[in-house]
Amino acid sequence: MSDALDIALRLIAVFVVFLVFPLVIGQTEHKVMAHMQGRLGPMYAGGFHGWAQLVADGVKFAQKEDIVPAGADRRIFQLAPAVALLPYLLVLVAIPIGPHNAVGQALDAGIFFVLAVMGVGVLGSLMAGWASANKFSLLGALRAAAQLLAYELPMLLAAASVAMAAGTLSLPGIVEAFHWWWVPWQIVGGVVFFTAGLAELQRPPFDMPVADSEIIFGAYTEYTGLRFALFLLAEYAGIVVLCALTSVLFLGGWHGPFGADGLGWLWTLLKTALLAFGVIWLRVTYPRLREDQLQKLAWTVLIPLALAQIALTGVVKVVISS
Amino acid sequence: MTLAATAAGHGFLSPTGVEIAFLLVGIGTLGAAVITVTTRQLVHAALWLVVALGGVAVEYLLLTAEFIAWVQVLIYVGSVVVLLLFGLMLTKAPIGRSPDADSGNRWAALVVALAAAAALVWVVVDAFRATWIDFGGAVQGSAEASGRSLFQYWVLPFEALSVLLLAALVGAIVLSRRGGEGRAPAAALKDGAARVFGAPATTPREEQR
Repeated sequence: MSDALDIALRLIAVFVVFLVFPLVIGQTEHKVMAHMQGRLGPMYAGGFHGWAQLVADGVKFAQKEDIVPAGADRRIFQLAPAVALLPYLLVLVAIPIGPHNAVGQALDAGIFFVLAVMGVGVLGSLMAGWASANKFSLLGALRAAAQLLAYELPMLLAAASVAMAAGTLSLPGIVEAFHWWWVPWQIVGGVVFFTAGLAELQRPPFDMPVADSEIIFGAYTEYTGLRFALFLLAEYAGIVVLCALTSVLFLGGWHGPFGADGLGWLWTLLKTALLAFGVIWLRVTYPRLREDQLQKLAWTVLIPLALAQIALTGVVKVVISS
Repeated sequence: MTLAATAAGHGFLSPTGVEIAFLLVGIGTLGAAVITVTTRQLVHAALWLVVALGGVAVEYLLLTAEFIAWVQVLIYVGSVVVLLLFGLMLTKAPIGRSPDADSGNRWAALVVALAAAAALVWVVVDAFRATWIDFGGAVQGSAEASGRSLFQYWVLPFEALSVLLLAALVGAIVLSRRGGEGRAPAAALKDGAARVFGAPATTPREEQR
């Protein structure tokens, strides 16, 4: 009985994180972007610095009419937002935030689970783009697919490097094995992983699939109301997942200069929040890459770097263990 | 494991929950696979293929082969199907039925499929009829166990496969870089890609050639 209760509590906690964190990041993005651009951002909703803006947005989305274009493939069009969003919920289950089993469900091959399920999310964009019966949507979906195929490989290679260093595929196991000198050792892999993750989430500067000045809003052009909001939520949930993963794999998760025992989860959250701030910062700072530049970056820069990181990891590992 | 020792205490008439789940998922997977090859809507076929491949991954999970299950999702659902959908959308993916999405070979295909299925089922049943998975003990399909057996007993096939893949990779590069008389298909592909990616269809240097 207590087992079932334990599992239920963990799943509820993961679900709450899934509902709250993306909204927090969304609101942070409103405010951080505004201040970086010399304006205030939302100020009225909720009173204090517009904290309730996203709640108001949610109410607005829920009130809008849910339109399915006449020429669209109804069922796939309606199913696509769920396919885009659910993988991130599943991934959150496997990410540890603290020591002593503070994880939704510890998995033996957690790193593979996380990367595999994250890749499935793009199917949502593909389905949305194809089912909309809209040329811009189709172009956006094609770009999303090409982007995923290009960036999945460096992401996987960079993650493999950490798994080699730790000698395990389980996410809590990797953080257990972490030492501070892993940060300089794995820094190249970390940068590759984070960059490829940004591209997989289609965040600026890698937002070619939704490039608004060229193809309106890519695969999501025809969506309205709640389904559109679900796609936006998927993007922010993706940021949470990517930042948490990067901090777990490359920045030591719950390890910190002090307080690793009681306040370990605070370190994880702090690192995740810092990385999320970086994601927002990048969006404000860099212009969008052109599609061919984007492909070139993946195949000629990130993949060789990831391979070099794997070689370095292997050499150091052999030297240490001999 | 000997047959007598392992088969004792297990019977086909008192299935456990896992066995029932395995059977149900298997039926669902088979159904999705049948729809994949019978539907007239091309993209629907690809999406049903996702369901079928996902079902196979769940079957692996139920057999405690966690690592293989996630690799199945990563490679097949995450990459192969995305590539397939990419190809479909780049060429021809109408919404609704495709009247020409049919082949005169379907009876031959059916015979081949049935023969392959019969052979596989026979081999697997013959080999593993008396093997049971112990859910209480150590996980038999963990990443560590898979890696150990792969790199201890199956290194040679593993290396041979990697050479095969390398050859395929080199071949793909050679095909896609072919100039001269083979330019026509390559140029058509390039134009298609240029339409998607917004790059100029033919670069000035190619115009001069």
